[in-house]
Amino acid sequence: MKFPPLKIYALAYLLFLYAPILLLPLFAFNDGTIIAFPLKGFTTGWFAKMAENDTLRHALSNSLIIALTSSAGATILAVFAARASTRYRFRAKGSIMGLIMLPMVLPDILMGMSLLLVMLEVLRVNLSIGTVILGHVIISLPYAIAVLQTAFATLDQSLEEAAVDLGETRIGTFRLIVLPLVMPGIISAFLISFTISLDEFIVAFFLAGNQPTLPTYIFSQLRFPSSIPVIMALGTCLVAASIVLLSVAEFFRRRGLKRTGAKDTGGFL
Amino acid sequence: MAAKGESWTRSEAAQGYALIAPPAIYAVLLLAAPLATILAYSFFKDGYLTVIHEFTVQNYIATWSDPIFRVILVRSLFVAGLVTLATVALAFPIAYFLSFGLEPSKKARWILLITIPFWTSYLIRVFLWKVILGYNGVVNSALESLGIIGPNGLIADPLQMLNSVGAITLTLAHAYAPFAILPIFVSLEKIDRSLLEAGQDLGESRWRTFLRVTLPLAMPGVVAATLIVFIPTVGDYVTPELIGGGKIPMVANLIQAQMLPLDNRPLGSAIAVSSLLVVGALALLFLWLNRRFLKAGK
Repeated sequence: MKFPPLKIYALAYLLFLYAPILLLPLFAFNDGTIIAFPLKGFTTGWFAKMAENDTLRHALSNSLIIALTSSAGATILAVFAARASTRYRFRAKGSIMGLIMLPMVLPDILMGMSLLLVMLEVLRVNLSIGTVILGHVIISLPYAIAVLQTAFATLDQSLEEAAVDLGETRIGTFRLIVLPLVMPGIISAFLISFTISLDEFIVAFFLAGNQPTLPTYIFSQLRFPSSIPVIMALGTCLVAASIVLLSVAEFFRRRGLKRTGAKDTGGFL
Repeated sequence: MAAKGESWTRSEAAQGYALIAPPAIYAVLLLAAPLATILAYSFFKDGYLTVIHEFTVQNYIATWSDPIFRVILVRSLFVAGLVTLATVALAFPIAYFLSFGLEPSKKARWILLITIPFWTSYLIRVFLWKVILGYNGVVNSALESLGIIGPNGLIADPLQMLNSVGAITLTLAHAYAPFAILPIFVSLEKIDRSLLEAGQDLGESRWRTFLRVTLPLAMPGVVAATLIVFIPTVGDYVTPELIGGGKIPMVANLIQAQMLPLDNRPLGSAIAVSSLLVVGALALLFLWLNRRFLKAGK
């Protein structure tokens, strides 16, 4: 190893990053109502209690509907944006992409409150999971674009030119050549958007009205000490789900790079 | 031939616009228009349960003359500044390790490892810091079992760590850590390795090569990391609420209170616009200082 002190530092840093997450299962399986050491004993009771909870089930189904629709929407829009920004030159491309990518740096509360104002005061529509979906598309769009831009940028343009030269139409070329090559990137972008939406709190908090989503439900329960163990069990499940989703996303991202023959330069973002 | 080339570029631009149109229109309708609405509402009058569409600057006067707003804004900027300093300083060695200390085949795996905690439930991660730092939390019970806290220990009572600016800073620094690592990593990856060899071949020590070649070339990443961490942390809602116990509000908590429970949306909008202007001005000042400093260095 070239830098042993740096490697030790990196491992310590990883421990710091993972410390809270590692505590989660400890308390989720702990047979005690208070979240504190020493641990009492092993139980799966909190998971059983979690499964019985009706509000939680409602929140879960809302969150899944929101995550599926918003990530489908974000991924489709991201394909357009990523293709346009990597393949075509046109005026004001920088400012247009800047606007679309803006939510990456803007505090989420601004998106939440501004959409709330528009929905309630300008459009005068009732808040529902539909309004949350609209908001989540705008939030996950930049991340989906970032993933897809690498997929489109590594594409060898001579493949498309060959297809056009052989008489294929532009749309045909896109469907037969480009789409299969960037498909892993599309799946990866979808999964990233799905993970973001499933975990998003503040926009849902502003826009869901009286509909619960998983994060807003969790937030409302954190105030009551008696419901914390169930939340720990729920958190364990969510962490496990995100790890699976991200690993699958990473798998597809790498496969996409391999397919286009590009060098792997790192992860998401 | 020239005419053909021209029409080809024009059609290329047209195709580009046609492709970018759906996401661009979406962003205009659901991002630009809502932000413009905040700006408009910040100049409207608040009536009881309604908003009176008359121009006024009263909301801005009310915002800036309110000492509570000023205290909260200064606190938010201070916390975000501390968080940014901590995350960027801690992240730089990690980014350096990822870029220079690892074989290319291992890089993607490490980056995935670092980004996974960032993608997992933000609320629960924040809450777990409450568990770690709490009165009978992980830190205190560990110190108790070591005998440091207790009747015979160095400290008589468990440490009070929650509900403090320090606890908020620690939690946010943890939450935004990967955001700082990735931009620095990307700029380090772009550095031409032969430049470093050249530096050492010409007799510079490894440390001097780092200071005079690597660090200046990594600055764009450091600048990006600073802004990517600073701007969202100023507007964080969850951490002050959970870790600060609601007693140490930041700007986002103030905005939320005006927008939802207090139902004074023009005032909430004015607070949001005011804060955004201050943050934007600070970001521009930072970019300007940085550019000057880098030019002076050359």
